[in-house]
Amino acid sequence: MFEAVAFYLFAFLTILMFFITVTTSQALHALTALAAGMIFISAFFFMLDADFLGAIQIVVYSGAVMALYAFGMMFFDTTREIKEKQGNNYIVAGLTILSAILIVLIFAAPMITESVTALYPMTEGVGNTQEVGMVLFTKYLIPFEVAAVMLLVAMIAGIVLAGKKMDLSMTLMTDAEIEEAKKEKERNSRIFS
Amino acid sequence: MMEIGLNHYLVLSAILFSIGLIGVMKRKNLLMLFFATEILLNSVNIAFAAISHFYGDLTGQMFAFFVIAIAASEVAVGLGLLIVWHKRHNNVDLDQMSTMKG
Repeated sequence: MFEAVAFYLFAFLTILMFFITVTTSQALHALTALAAGMIFISAFFFMLDADFLGAIQIVVYSGAVMALYAFGMMFFDTTREIKEKQGNNYIVAGLTILSAILIVLIFAAPMITESVTALYPMTEGVGNTQEVGMVLFTKYLIPFEVAAVMLLVAMIAGIVLAGKKMDLSMTLMTDAEIEEAKKEKERNSRIFS
Repeated sequence: MMEIGLNHYLVLSAILFSIGLIGVMKRKNLLMLFFATEILLNSVNIAFAAISHFYGDLTGQMFAFFVIAIAASEVAVGLGLLIVWHKRHNNVDLDQMSTMKG
């Protein structure tokens, strides 16, 4: 009973938040709705006895990813209205629903055979975090290490890409220096574009 | 109706996936496109966790962890590229990124 109430409540809230994210024309509204939707999704993970996954969802998405987006948006002009593509909405919606049904069928196809057995069955009497640790550091140790290397590569790429000209501080420069930097930037953009 | 089964979660995942796909297809702003990508990845995570729960298998949760790791690195690299593009061209519109220059 309570599970049904919680499921329908959080399903409604998640769908609403993500719908706002894809339809609003304000970047800040989209960011806030996306963060709220991420937290509501972690409720499903707690309902599904995946406690560790729910905690990771909150920490990574609403902590790290949202902070990264918020810092990134400081570089952009968020007050400007976002222009939208003017396409045929019916074609977009039709294709979308068709591909979503296809995805569900892909998930459901192996289960229709009814011969699915658990490869790593849940052990009795231990918590979810302990189970995850046992499987992650035995069977999935190599993918775990590869994911760690991939995160390192992503971090270095982020620093290299976004960190250019970070040594210039607009607040500590005089007006003349800022004008000089602007002229320099225009010269560069004329060369590159 | 009152008993929440695997199908409920799969249908929810499909609905969220549709919302994300609509966002990917109709958005013109690259930042909004990234938001829609996050929705796609999250909807698949729900399906993984649900299958993991109802079949008593931990593999689904493992895949969800790796999906989260990939999403985090995608955001870092994508946002870095977006900042470089915005510094150079002063916009993040998809239509003006249609040509490649060496």
